[in-house]
Amino acid sequence: MTEWVEVGGIPDIPVLGARVVHTNTMAIAVFRTADDEIFALEDRCPHKDGPLSQGIVHGRSVACPLHNQVFHLDSGAGANPDDGCARTIAVKLVDGRIFISPKLRQQAAE
Amino acid sequence: MKPRLVVIGNGMAGMRAVEELLTRAPDAYDITVFGAEPNVNYNRIMLSPLLAGEKSFEDIVINGRDWYADNGIILHMGAKIEFIDREKREVVSACGIRAGYDRLLIATGSDPFILPIPGANLPGVVTFRDVLDVEKMLAASRTHTRAVVIGGGLLGLEAANGLRANGMQVSVVHLMPTLMERQLDEAAGYLLQRELEKRGIEINTRANSKEIYGSQKAEGILLEDGKRIDADLVVMAVGIKPSTTLAKASGLTCERGIVVDDHMVTSDPAILSVGECVQHRGAVYGLVAPLFDMAKVVAAQLADDATAAYQGSVTNTRLKVTGVDLFSAGDFSEGEGTEDIILRDAHRGVYKRLVLKDNRIRGAVLYGDTGDGGWYFQMLREGKDISDIRESLIFGQAFAGGGQENPKSAVAALPDTAEICGCNGVCKGKIVTAIGDHGLTSLEEVRARTKASASCGSCTGLVENLLELTLGDAYTGGSAIKPLCPCTDLSHGDVRRLILAKELKSIPAVMQELQWMSVNGCSTCRPALNYYLVCDWPGEYADDYQSRFINERAHANIQKDGTYSVVPRMWGGLTNSRELRAIADVVDKFNIPTVKVTGGQRIDLLGVKKEQLPDVWKDLNAGGMVSGHAYGKALRTVKTCVGSEWCRFGTQASLSMGVLMEKMTWGSWTPHKVKMAVSGCPRNCAEATIKDFGVIAVDSGWELHVGGNGGIRVRVTDLLCKVETEAEVLEYCAAFMQLYRQEAHYLERTAPWVERVGLDHVKEKVVADGENRARLYARFMMSQKFVQKDPWAERATEGVHTHEFKRLALAAE
Ligand code: SRM
Ligand SMILES: Cc1cc2nc3c(=O)[nH]c(=O)nc-3n(C[C@H](O)[C@H](O)[C@H](O)COP(=O)(O)OP(=O)(O)OC[C@H]3O[C@@H](n4cnc5c(N)ncnc54)[C@H](O)[C@@H]3O)c2cc1C
Ligand code: SF4
Ligand code: FES
Repeated sequence: MTEWVEVGGIPDIPVLGARVVHTNTMAIAVFRTADDEIFALEDRCPHKDGPLSQGIVHGRSVACPLHNQVFHLDSGAGANPDDGCARTIAVKLVDGRIFISPKLRQQAAE
Repeated sequence: MKPRLVVIGNGMAGMRAVEELLTRAPDAYDITVFGAEPNVNYNRIMLSPLLAGEKSFEDIVINGRDWYADNGIILHMGAKIEFIDREKREVVSACGIRAGYDRLLIATGSDPFILPIPGANLPGVVTFRDVLDVEKMLAASRTHTRAVVIGGGLLGLEAANGLRANGMQVSVVHLMPTLMERQLDEAAGYLLQRELEKRGIEINTRANSKEIYGSQKAEGILLEDGKRIDADLVVMAVGIKPSTTLAKASGLTCERGIVVDDHMVTSDPAILSVGECVQHRGAVYGLVAPLFDMAKVVAAQLADDATAAYQGSVTNTRLKVTGVDLFSAGDFSEGEGTEDIILRDAHRGVYKRLVLKDNRIRGAVLYGDTGDGGWYFQMLREGKDISDIRESLIFGQAFAGGGQENPKSAVAALPDTAEICGCNGVCKGKIVTAIGDHGLTSLEEVRARTKASASCGSCTGLVENLLELTLGDAYTGGSAIKPLCPCTDLSHGDVRRLILAKELKSIPAVMQELQWMSVNGCSTCRPALNYYLVCDWPGEYADDYQSRFINERAHANIQKDGTYSVVPRMWGGLTNSRELRAIADVVDKFNIPTVKVTGGQRIDLLGVKKEQLPDVWKDLNAGGMVSGHAYGKALRTVKTCVGSEWCRFGTQASLSMGVLMEKMTWGSWTPHKVKMAVSGCPRNCAEATIKDFGVIAVDSGWELHVGGNGGIRVRVTDLLCKVETEAEVLEYCAAFMQLYRQEAHYLERTAPWVERVGLDHVKEKVVADGENRARLYARFMMSQKFVQKDPWAERATEGVHTHEFKRLALAAE
């Protein structure tokens, strides 16, 4: 079953920025676009584990801070298909509060 | 006897439902309406023109007393329902009126949201929802002069405009970076802000209201950042919430709003609900169009037609500020498979953006020219496939046969007096005239005749545009100028010149006026634009942190494992026991794994976690140390040797010279990193001849060297000139830095820049022309005033950007 965990509100994340949530098993980057959309990816770049949360967010993408590979926030896919895919984490917004579901995707992936 | 229908709420949705019912089934019910407001039914939307003085109350009445009488409706005005007795099927008003029902319709609308801040209930604080609120505002405008509106959404801006029209000084305080961010994207928000500012309305974005101050009545507002705005009237327009108190108290299912099914029926089958107070399929609405759709379904339901169902609505918005044309509809966020068609015509102040997905319009934002809003909206609602008209879609319905926007319009729109070539002070008019008068046809000829683009060359693209504009197809030249990034056709040089010529002072302004082809840029152009604006508008431009790379945002260097390195400044490579002790203590206290002496004569602490950074800095600050900017496109190090202070060969005091240079230049942002060195004699132990600015002491003074680089491609410096005094070293150093700051492209170090513009150009600006040198020096020193604040101290103890170092908390695990 999906377990949603509240992690904060939209204003906790800067526009075109990201914040990190640490669970027991992984770090999750929660992003906010200019249009106040919220996305979450595992905070680990498929290239060399760069913390995606620290990259520059533009449109619906983020550029990894280590070697500048670009990933789509919604699908986790690399803008350049050779760059692989970052793991997505389910997010939902309820009245401006952000909920993520780390368990679900993790189990699915394991 | 006819069944009895009672309606709670004499507003737009409730009465529309009654109107619909009367057309469908004129005599089906005995109708009784309760309204809390002491008025007949009026058009709430028109409160804005009412406030602005463009309409009177009579103009905005929808149904006057006659309408109720003619249709046999009993109207109780000023009668608020306090209680619904669902057992007895009866409603009771505050003043004791009772009415029994067979069917009940709840149409209580919304309540304005009141920010829970101190002073929110002082007299002089009003909301913007009904006629009474407008009367209060009009009364205040007659006797008072200053108003603050909290909220830069539709309501807030219409209130601000109305108050301004009544002669008040108005400031808008808005939490988000751009206005109406729910309906508009950044670009349109920027245009709107500019227009409202032109009308004399002060706009404060990113402004969080902390408190409304005043003893007996509101006297002003205090913002989170400490700014105070005095005001006699404070309008709260921060949003609305569905009015559910009554329904909740009566035990109906409510979440955000009163929950209804597709037939607009609540959890009690005898009770329907309509308007802003309802929640349908999880959505609540704040505009009339969906409410009118709902009203039709309510009427059908009451007329026993169970086939009608409400499916939810797509909405569109227009701002009712006379003279501002603005339209927004649908979803305009980017997503997988979405494409943008953008048209920016800065000259006419037009911005249009269509978001497409699978060849269908998904969202539209129009500013300045909204004539086609309805057309786009219709196609959006119908989900029409636009493949065949895609080419000309953005030009609007009237446009037949795929024309082309002129890509040169930004240059065409410049006035004749706009300076094109900054080096030689040549304006647009002069170039255009020269092309015409002398039959010039190539860049080289323009250079020879006018000197434009003959120096640093950063305006080459603009000059070529002018050639093209003036000669049309006759111009065949055109060098391959590389665009800054895929978001624009303009080169770095063009963008820099246009920022100055058009006085663009924010990233959205640049993107709008220079017709950027993406919505909010990319990771290549945003840092570049941010630097250009920081450099060009010192003290005026507010640095955009989200447009900086992580190192500059975190003021530390990110490492391969996601930890950071911290390098404190050691002025001129000089240190002492107090600093070393502070470093040692920090290393122990925070368990820092690696301590290394850098190639830049200072100490690097590697492996610090991001959350630890502010505490590490705080301790280093306490030991007297500040940020070394080892992470920045900024002044890095000034290496020195021991010089005449100690060395048996030293000819000048290179150590103190280096310290003076570093104290003058630290904190400065530059196109790429800048490194300096001072050697005490030509043996050059500080390796000054591979630095951006290198100084070598000789018996008679100082040799100044520029454009060196020790990195990927080693380049030895060029000799700029020789000077005699320390003061001269400092003046030339600052002038050189400033010229580099103004002319180089972002991420171009001094070595390639000097090669591009030529050493002669640099010599002419910095050495030969003393007045120019003095100007550059003054400009540099002026900029320094705004940046020589230790970024570490600001973050460790002064509360700047502390959010950067916080994680999001897990609320429950
Ligand atoms: C720490 C240090 C190496 C050391 O352990 O000594 C260092 C470390 C890095 N250098 Fe360097 N450089 C260091 C001195 C140098 C020097 C020597 C000097 O300054 O005298 C050079 C050659 C001189 C020059 O720049 O002309 C140097 C040429 C580079 C280059 C190539 C620059 C070029 O123009 O070709 C890069 C890459 C870049 O900037 O794009 C670079 C980039 C880097 C980065 C920032 C790589 C990165 O982007 O993460 C490294 C950061 C590590 C960190 O977190 O501290 N580093 N780097 C030195 C820090 C000096 C300081 O106190 O600030
Ligand atoms: C200044 C302003 C400008 C606007 N501009 C636009 C616009 O340009 N375009 C657009 O689409 N929309 C606009 N709107 C929004 C639009 O007016 C509303 O969506 C619409 O009025 C909602 O209709 P409603 O019937 O649900 O609520 P209302 O019109 O608010 O009617 C609800 C009525 O119920 C009464 N009531 C509440 N509780 C009780 C009770 N217990 N007993 C008796 N009566 C009660 C209230 O007093 C009120 O009169 C604007 C709103 C405002 C305030
Ligand atoms: S030379 Fe500089 S950039 Fe290369 S590994 Fe060493 S520190 Fe890193
Ligand atoms: S680790 Fe992300 S691009 Fe290399």
